[in-house]
Amino acid sequence: MTKKIGEAFRDKKAFIAYLMAGDPNLAVSAELILAAQAAGADLVEIGIPFSDPIAEGEVIQAASVRALAAGTRLDGVFDMVASIRDRMRVPMVFMTYLNPVFVYGYERFFARCAAIGIGGIIIPDMPFEEQGEAKAVARRHGVEIVTLVAPTSAARTAAIARDAEGFIYLVSSMGVTGVRSEITTDLSSIVADIRNVTAIPVAIGFGISSPEQAAKYSAIADGVIVGSALVRIIGEHGMKAKQPLCELIRTMKDEMV
Amino acid sequence: MNTGRFGEFGGRYIPETLMSALLELEAAYGACKDDPQFQAELDGLLANYAGRPSLLYFAANLTRQVGGAKMYLKREDLNHTGSHKINNVLGQTLLAKRMGKTRIIAETGAGQHGVAAATAAALLGLACEVFMGKEDTERQALNVYRMRLLGAKVHAVTSGTMTLKDAVNETMREWTRRVSDTHYVLGSVMGPHPFPTIVRDFQRVIGREIREQMLRTEGRLPDAVVACVGGGSNAMGAFYDFFGDASVRLIGCEAAGEGIDTARHAATVARGSVGVFHGMKSLFCQDEFGQIAPVHSISAGLDYPGIGPEHAWLHATGRAEYVPITDAEAVAAFERLARAEGIIPAIESAHAMAHAVRLAAELGPEKCIVVCLSGRGDKDVAAIARYRGEELHD
Repeated sequence: MTKKIGEAFRDKKAFIAYLMAGDPNLAVSAELILAAQAAGADLVEIGIPFSDPIAEGEVIQAASVRALAAGTRLDGVFDMVASIRDRMRVPMVFMTYLNPVFVYGYERFFARCAAIGIGGIIIPDMPFEEQGEAKAVARRHGVEIVTLVAPTSAARTAAIARDAEGFIYLVSSMGVTGVRSEITTDLSSIVADIRNVTAIPVAIGFGISSPEQAAKYSAIADGVIVGSALVRIIGEHGMKAKQPLCELIRTMKDEMV
Repeated sequence: MNTGRFGEFGGRYIPETLMSALLELEAAYGACKDDPQFQAELDGLLANYAGRPSLLYFAANLTRQVGGAKMYLKREDLNHTGSHKINNVLGQTLLAKRMGKTRIIAETGAGQHGVAAATAAALLGLACEVFMGKEDTERQALNVYRMRLLGAKVHAVTSGTMTLKDAVNETMREWTRRVSDTHYVLGSVMGPHPFPTIVRDFQRVIGREIREQMLRTEGRLPDAVVACVGGGSNAMGAFYDFFGDASVRLIGCEAAGEGIDTARHAATVARGSVGVFHGMKSLFCQDEFGQIAPVHSISAGLDYPGIGPEHAWLHATGRAEYVPITDAEAVAAFERLARAEGIIPAIESAHAMAHAVRLAAELGPEKCIVVCLSGRGDKDVAAIARYRGEELHD
């Protein structure tokens, strides 16, 4: 059975780990996903590499380049996920851009997701208004579409939240993904706006890299998403990333309330 | 939602962070479009600064040489800054000012759009930053300095293939970092809604003038309008006012690079497929898994793996035709126009010229063709010399 996204948030704050499939290669990715789970990740977001990731900062751009250069193809990502699904106790979601999904075909893509235990998908270049055509198919296959809310969403926040599935991905600040030393957005008030219309969990991402930030943002939301800080470790340590990766996950998770 | 759609193409596939900026832009443009004061200000700049209307020049020598249809050149190369890009840039920069923005950012391929954006920013008192693929900054070094001279900051983009596609990626990323005081002056009829519509509207002056000028000189409409297509803004501008005239063939010329049967081309219509990228559903050069393909053209301005969504729709409905033109054909047309008429076209425009000459022979002397000469070729001289094996640098 596919683990639903909601399970990651049951009776706890969720630590969501993002890892790029195929970085440094698919076999090592599989090990790192399992290791992230063992280190305490409550949900794993698996990036499908795309040639032109316009919402990503340098760290995840570089990971996409490494993954594609290692020969990672969508079919290979599906096979990798299928190979570990029996050992996964926490839910898995994909994060990618719309084009790989669209070109593969919505029906074929989401059927495949359902068959390998993928509970949801995050597509940063598919805003709320453009979700219609993919959502209908995803729903039929029980794959939830996670929508993003940004500091600039303002009046649109309530409409997005009302229609949300899985969890709401609250973008911490302006800009692309990447490590930030300071986040100045008033996230508590955005979380409050969301809470007014839905009980779906809210996780904060973009720029969260330190245990202090994990503590601070898990206190105002239902979870935190950590991507670039983990991916950077893989960039530095390659095949030997497992230990430092797990250490960072453990330290951050320990600080969460 | 059907906002900003051309059939199935178009849409607004963009990170949530940018949605508010696009909605703000749509509202501001809606207000300006029907505001006589805005239009008067823009018309004033087009007439007194850009030098419009641009000439419709009868290429008598070339017509005689070919011995076919009469060839007219729409001289966008004579605009201030040397290309059609100024039409759109003046419109968008005025719009940015109306919205209270103090800074514009822009992508550029050949540098024509970047130079136009830097020019408009200098004129209207806005800060300007231009993103240009590193490979293009090398191909078009003179334009980089020109932009700096105009007060713009130029960023050499080192991600991906280091060309136009990557410049667009980086400009979008920069916009997500800073939307409140910044307007992204997109340079072509591409990207998320409302850009394809806004850019088309600011460029349609080309086709409107062609219609008036043809009626005045020939007493009739042309049989074909031919223009080069990267994203497709000069073509869309030239085509738009003829959509309803079935007798006028609309022909876009895309870059076939070393040939559409090689891996080195940018022929989106001939070799691309439907995808979603850079904010729009349209046609793209891509692989079977939706990875955007590296493309090639001798022309930095056509070296782009996509095409504007309204062009994809014109292709799908058959209203416009799209033909691939190779580097070699474009260079031959570049040289031919220089010798026949004393006009050095941009290498982008030379793609349209190459097809026009062929078409003129095919159609015969009773017919008239208008070629949109979208830009001047000064920027390309060194590159063409190198293509011909002469070691010449800017």
